[in-house]
Amino acid sequence: MATQAFQKIYTKLNQITKATCSVRASGVGNEELATVGGRLAQVVKIVDDNVTLQIFAGTEGIGTDAEVVFFGKAPTLKVGPDLAGRFFNAYGEPIDGGPEVEGKEIEIGGPSVNPVRRKQPSELITTGIAGIDLNNTLVTGQKIPFFADPDQPYNEVMAMVALRAASDKIILGGMGLSNDDYLFYKNTFENAGVIDRIVSFVNTTENPTVERLLVPNMALTAAEYFATEKNEKVLVLLTDMTLYCDALSIVSNRMDQIPSKDSMPGSLYSDLAKLYEKAVQFPDGGSITIIAVTTLSGGDITHAIPDNTGYITEGQLFLKRDTDISKTIVDPFRSLSRLKQLVIGKKTREDHPQVMNTAVRLYADAANAKTKMENGFDLSDYDERVLEFAKEYSEEILAIDVNIGTDEMLDTAWKLFQKHFTKEEIGIKDEFMNIYWKKE
Amino acid sequence: MTKGVVKAIIENLVQVEVSGPVSQNEICYIDLGGVKLMAEVIKIIGNVAYTQVFESTRNLRPGDTAEFTQKMLEVKLGPGMLSKNYDGLQNDLNKMEGIFLTRGEYTDPLDEDSSWEFTPLAKAGDMVTGGDWLGSVPEKWIEHKIMVPFGLTGEYKVKKIAEKGTYKITDTICTIEDKDGEEIELNMIQYWPVKIPIKCYIQKPRPSRLMETGVRTIDTLNPMVEGGTGFIPGPFGAGKTVLQHSISKNADADLIIMAACGERANEVVELFVEFPELDDPRTGRKLMERTIIVCNTSNMPVAAREASVYTAMTIAEYYRNMGLKVLLLADSTSRWAQALREMSNRMEELPGPDAFPMDLPAIVSSFYARAGFVHLNGGSTGSITFIGTVSPAGGNLKEPVTESTKKAARCFYALSQSRADSKRYPAVDPIDSYSKYLEYPEVIEYLNNNINPTWVDDVTHTKDILLRGREAQEQINILGDDGVPLAYHDRYWKSELVDRVILQQDGFDPVDSSTPMKRQEFMLELILDICDRDFVFESFEEIMPYYVKLINICKQMNYVEFESDDFKKYEAELRKEVEARSAK
Repeated sequence: MATQAFQKIYTKLNQITKATCSVRASGVGNEELATVGGRLAQVVKIVDDNVTLQIFAGTEGIGTDAEVVFFGKAPTLKVGPDLAGRFFNAYGEPIDGGPEVEGKEIEIGGPSVNPVRRKQPSELITTGIAGIDLNNTLVTGQKIPFFADPDQPYNEVMAMVALRAASDKIILGGMGLSNDDYLFYKNTFENAGVIDRIVSFVNTTENPTVERLLVPNMALTAAEYFATEKNEKVLVLLTDMTLYCDALSIVSNRMDQIPSKDSMPGSLYSDLAKLYEKAVQFPDGGSITIIAVTTLSGGDITHAIPDNTGYITEGQLFLKRDTDISKTIVDPFRSLSRLKQLVIGKKTREDHPQVMNTAVRLYADAANAKTKMENGFDLSDYDERVLEFAKEYSEEILAIDVNIGTDEMLDTAWKLFQKHFTKEEIGIKDEFMNIYWKKE
Repeated sequence: MTKGVVKAIIENLVQVEVSGPVSQNEICYIDLGGVKLMAEVIKIIGNVAYTQVFESTRNLRPGDTAEFTQKMLEVKLGPGMLSKNYDGLQNDLNKMEGIFLTRGEYTDPLDEDSSWEFTPLAKAGDMVTGGDWLGSVPEKWIEHKIMVPFGLTGEYKVKKIAEKGTYKITDTICTIEDKDGEEIELNMIQYWPVKIPIKCYIQKPRPSRLMETGVRTIDTLNPMVEGGTGFIPGPFGAGKTVLQHSISKNADADLIIMAACGERANEVVELFVEFPELDDPRTGRKLMERTIIVCNTSNMPVAAREASVYTAMTIAEYYRNMGLKVLLLADSTSRWAQALREMSNRMEELPGPDAFPMDLPAIVSSFYARAGFVHLNGGSTGSITFIGTVSPAGGNLKEPVTESTKKAARCFYALSQSRADSKRYPAVDPIDSYSKYLEYPEVIEYLNNNINPTWVDDVTHTKDILLRGREAQEQINILGDDGVPLAYHDRYWKSELVDRVILQQDGFDPVDSSTPMKRQEFMLELILDICDRDFVFESFEEIMPYYVKLINICKQMNYVEFESDDFKKYEAELRKEVEARSAK
């Protein structure tokens, strides 16, 4: 960002910490953007003429005589159709060697949608993954995170979800992505030939930490543009939100704020809600759906980050390795999509809710049978059959590399029911039994 | 009027240097390039007022000007509030243009052009005081009373009152005279500061009447009373919001005010979409006709979140003074406490536990104290029943908001994660939860007189069955199925019978979602009769299938209309099964 004429330059910093600096300046607005010694910074606090700036790239090597130039505006993004197919850094600058994007300049982190103008989400998003489509159906306008341990293949699963989901645009907000993961996304999107419907804002681990605070708002501002101006169905992927929260806590710490639970800032809930609540179904057909990743530490969901996230998002998805089939599945027990009842059995086949519940119940019976087996007890005939069923259910439906339509998932479930169980053991309403239970 | 100049900005905390007198909680408007941002004074040091701005402060600069209004944050009260959707500052959300909320856009909570059919209740010469009824207008289906403004606490004489007819809310409908002969003209509108309770009543006795919610685990086991207070803590996914929505749909109240405080926008959208469609089971009208929604969703400005619960409470107090039964639901009060924490942090106050402000327990308890049953000046009664949800961090009930609320609220409906995980809904834990009202002699008397003479004893007995069942289950888990006497299995399954038939309820089933008290009484007596019997079993393997059979029959009863042919058929079947096994 080049310095423009007639801007006043300040050159006397009076305080420098690891992430912030202060300078005496007048006429500066709150949240205004500036450069300090050429690095981008944002105003976070003003007391009289003493202005505190958060320097995104860190303050290493910044001198008390560094030049401070104020831009007179909050961080912005130029939006236009040309965003599609491009890769940007946290400031919205191209990193793919392409030209600057021309378009309307919009402040990021804009206002909220008036709740009475929202539409109730009602359109389902299919992914071909049964752990999602069958058991935890996603709906446009929903916000849902993967709660994953760092060793789980969450980026792979998310890329797969993004590619299979029927959406007009996919916007990737990468925070603290390792360079390898960044290249993984890039290659996957390129190989799939969908690059023209992808927009990426990426902060890798090679970039300064605090920079990543801009990423979600950049991604969501682009999403709002496509969803409101073009009435498109936009899918936003945010990975990894835990690293975003870590950056928040660093800044709040430098600002001498009193930490609350798990050293997180007291405003964590509001900070996260402002992002996640950008997920919306607009009345004119456009929508923003957010799928995020929150990495856990040792599976602990009572930590402040997953805990606050859980209170904000509409459900959560857990990945699990099924050792019977050596594949990753979406955990049918702990995962939940709160909005699924808006579509299942309504936008999908009528027997969907009952088949889903029955399969999960039988899968739970299998888990009990397995415990019994491990404890050395004898297995009943039912236990044996339910174990057989669980294995085939995992293999033919749940495994995330299976890619089939919802009707086919239901048909396969019926096939497995009939193979292993009697009518009574299934206990589904007669009205569906008559249609889907094949006569002998 | 006092003016000021912005001095410092720390997120939404703005320090304003003032040129004249300013009071605590006074509202001011800060001018940001022509857009007026509403703010409230929360601290004053010397000539600097610390204000919390109800909007984003982006681009605000030191040197921007502010004007003080000499008023506290207040609501505008009058006919036309029913069915409205307000934000936390009582702006009518439907009147706002555009899809996105615009900073500095404030809309009229009432419709000043609307006309109302006024019927006088007072006559010239009457002596009146604040809160007395002057007349009434029909608002949807309630008789909306036009009252002497609550701030006029002395004695006034009615000089002139409008005749029956159609008036606008801005038309003068009454002229009153104070003791010095000063005349005051009144229309149908009045204002009241939200942080101050409306106390235009004679007395606030202990509540005694049952407040039916249609939810069995509440009504039967831990009843709520008219004018009572309660709270629902629970981890995410335990069903707080679903339970509150279910109460709001079925509760026996004249008016429901829902304060959606810092929660998901899509949940509020659900209310917007469903309530105009759903029928009120008691009146047959649409639910929306008795509902007011005050919503400040989690992405709306934080300071207005704190205001939203006060706005909702003040509207509730206004309607209570008309002699109505008001139910106020707030979801979630933890978000309100978090808003307080954010401000306290910005003001660099010394923090209490978990960085919440030290006075959190005091703030929570004085808020809960505004609910209650009251005797009004005119001889009638009104009530506000308040139920709030709490979202404890990490599901841990030992955190400051839950503990503060526990001190203030009389009913405790603990949602348990393990019940939610095993799909036992509503996930209210029957053993940890309590209703203090069950200990009130006046409540015991009311319940025994109105339900049946041994009701409270039966309820206590039911709780014992549940507790003994849980103890038996623990023993079975430790010692194994065949390591305990048969009686343990029997005890456990009796508690399962109570749990699955009485406590668990299908909130989405048209019949089961709401159970009237008469039916609850019938079912409880039926189940207790079974629980008090001795059954003959040869081995523990017989016990489970037998009780599962009984449970299934009872559940079928729950799904059909009370006392219908099907219901009686299932009942006969049940009695036959019970007799067959009973010890002679």
